[in-house]
Amino acid sequence: MSILVNKNTRLVVQGITGNEGIFHTQQMQAYGTNVVAGVTPGKGGEWVLDKIPVFDSMKMAVEATGANTSIIFVPARFASDAMYEAADANIPLIVTITEGIPVQDMMRVRNYLDQKKIRLVGPNCPGLLTPGEAKVGIIHGDIAIPGSIGVVSRSGTLTYEVLYALKLIGKGVSTCVGIGGDPINGTNFIDALSLFEADPYTEKVVLIGEIGGSDEEKAAAFIAKFMTKPVVSFIAGQTAPPGKRMGHAGAIVEGGSGLAADKVKALEAAGVRVAKHPEEIPQLL
Amino acid sequence: MKLHEYQSKQYFSKFGIPIPKGRVASSADEARAIAEELGTRVVIKSQVLVGGRGKAGGIRLAKTPQEAQEVATQILAMEIKGLPVRKVLVDEASNINQEIYLGITNDRAERKPVMMASSAGGVEIEEVARTTPEKIIKVHIDPLLGLKDYQARDIAAGIDLPREHWRAFGQIANGLWRAYSESDATLAEINPLVITSDNHLLALDGKMVLDDNALFRHPDLAEMRDLDAEVGSEIEARKYGLSFIKLDGNIGCMVNGAGLAMTTMDIIKLFGGEPANFLDIGGGAGAEKVAAALRIILSDSNVKAILFNIFGGITRCDEVAHGIVEALGEVNTKVPMVIRLVGTNAEEGRQILSDANMITAETLADAARKAVAAASGKVVEGGK
Repeated sequence: MSILVNKNTRLVVQGITGNEGIFHTQQMQAYGTNVVAGVTPGKGGEWVLDKIPVFDSMKMAVEATGANTSIIFVPARFASDAMYEAADANIPLIVTITEGIPVQDMMRVRNYLDQKKIRLVGPNCPGLLTPGEAKVGIIHGDIAIPGSIGVVSRSGTLTYEVLYALKLIGKGVSTCVGIGGDPINGTNFIDALSLFEADPYTEKVVLIGEIGGSDEEKAAAFIAKFMTKPVVSFIAGQTAPPGKRMGHAGAIVEGGSGLAADKVKALEAAGVRVAKHPEEIPQLL
Repeated sequence: MKLHEYQSKQYFSKFGIPIPKGRVASSADEARAIAEELGTRVVIKSQVLVGGRGKAGGIRLAKTPQEAQEVATQILAMEIKGLPVRKVLVDEASNINQEIYLGITNDRAERKPVMMASSAGGVEIEEVARTTPEKIIKVHIDPLLGLKDYQARDIAAGIDLPREHWRAFGQIANGLWRAYSESDATLAEINPLVITSDNHLLALDGKMVLDDNALFRHPDLAEMRDLDAEVGSEIEARKYGLSFIKLDGNIGCMVNGAGLAMTTMDIIKLFGGEPANFLDIGGGAGAEKVAAALRIILSDSNVKAILFNIFGGITRCDEVAHGIVEALGEVNTKVPMVIRLVGTNAEEGRQILSDANMITAETLADAARKAVAAASGKVVEGGK
C-alpha cells in the first residue's frame, strides 16, 4: 500500500559517516527500513551501527548488497557528484536530502538523470515515508500511521505538521513524498499524483505547495484532466513579500508570477479543496 | 547576489564581449580624470542595485571633463529608491543605430538555461513580454552541452539581425553563455546590446545575478557583494546561516523549515495578527544559532510577542530549547513568548523549558491565537 518505497526497499546511504548520515541511518533502521549499505569515500571497510558495511564507492556498494534505492546526506558542494555516482551505479531511485545545491548543478544533474531514466526525489527535501513499511528520509516516523491518504509536498516541517494533524484524528497515510523546495528538482507534483492515482491503496491525496514557480498550476491542470481520486491542498506563502526568497531557493514571487493566490485559484478551479491552514486539512478530507 | 553594472560588464569583457571604454569612480574628481583620459563625450551612470536609474536621473551625458565633474557631483549625492549612490561608471558615449536585448536565465519549468533575445532592446524584458511577446526569441540550452553556434545563429536570424553582424553576435552570445555558466549566474543580461553608428556591436549595459548557493566556488565574485541593498538584520542573520526576512508586523516568528515558517506567518495573519519576520532556523539548528536568531528578532523594537514553532525532524527540540534558555540568559526581555514543540525530542525540550516563563501551545492554530492575543497586550493562559 505505497508508492516508491516499501518493504522491498534496499537502501544505501551516501554520506553515512557524517553527523546527519549516522543519526538518520539509525532512525531509518529503527523504523524498519532495510539499510543495506553506506558509502563514504575513504572509509570503505568500516562498519556503522554494528551491521551496516561502509564502501568507498556506490559501484562497490551496489554490487555487494543489491541496493535499489539511495539516500544522499552529503554536503551541497559534493551532492551533485554523489547523484552522478548513484546514477552511474544504476540505482533506479535517488533521494537527495541535501539543501543548498547550486541551481546550475541541479540543471545538469536533472538532465543527466532524465537521459538515464532514473528517478530523483528532492533535493532539499525530507524524503519518503511509507508508514509501517519504510522510511527513506528524515520524517519523524512517529507522526504518521499507515492508511490510504497519499501526501506530496514541497516542504519538510510543514509536511510533518499535516501528517501529525492526520494522525491526531486517526487518519493514515499510504506514502508521503517530500519533493523539496528547490527551483530544479526531480519528482514533481504531477509525477507523484500519477503514482498515487495508479496506486490501488491510495484513496485520497493531499498536495502541499508554496509560492514560486508554476508546478501547482500544472498539477491543477493534471488533476482536472486525469485524477479520479479527490485532492485536498494547502499553499504556503500567502503573506510572503514579492522578490524575496522565502528560505527555500524555489519559494519566490518573481515578476508577479508564483503567487499563492494564483495557485489556490488554479487548484480550486480543478475541483481541489484548499485549506486555509494546515490543521484544516483533515476536515476537508 | 546582484552585481553592479560595472562589475557585470567587466566580467563579460573577460569572455570577449565588447564593452565601452570607461571606468568606475567614487568621486567627482575621479570622474573628471576619467573623462579627460577618454577625451570624448561620456555618459555618467549611477551604480546602484535597483532598476529605473535612467528615469530617476541617475544616468546622464557630459560633453566635457568639467561637465563630467558637475554631473558626477550631482549623481553621487543622489539616493535612488532609498539606496545611496556611492559609485558612478564613466563610459565613452556611443552613437546608437539599434538596441537589442540579450540575456540568459534559468527556466525552472524546462529545467534548462534559456537564452532570450529581442529586437526591442533598452526596455525591460518583462515589459516586452507583456506588450509584444512575439518580439522575444527563446532558445533553451542543454546544460550538459552548452550553447551551440547554430543556436546563436537562430537567435540572430530570429531578431532580424543583419547577416553582417551574425559572426560578432555569435561570439557575444557564446561569451555570455560562458560568463553565465562559469559564474553560476541565475541571470546574465546585456540590455541594450547596441549596433553603433560605425556598425559595431557593443554591450552598453550589463546585469548579473549570482546563485548564493554557488558562491563558495567564486570567492572573488562573493567579495563584490554590496551590503547597501540589504537590511542590517538580514546580513546579521546570514552570518549565522539563518534565513531571515524582515517584515512590518509585530509578532516575531522563529520556526524550523521554510514552508512551516511561511505557514506560521500566514496563520498569524489569518488570526488577525501581523508577522514581524520570516525566519527559518534551518535543519539541525543548535543552541548557538537559536540564541542568535532570538537576538535578531528582539533587535526589532516593533516586536510585541514571539511565536516559536518547532517541529522536530533533523532539528531536535531539546537543542532548540537549550538555545532559547541560553539566549534568555543573555537578553533581558519582557516580550511574551509562545512556544510549540512537536516531534524529535519534544518532551525533553519541554522539560528544559519548564522553568522559563513561556506560554505553551499544542496546535498551530492555538499557538497563533495566543501569539496574536499576547501581542495586543492580553494576558494569555498557558503560561507558568
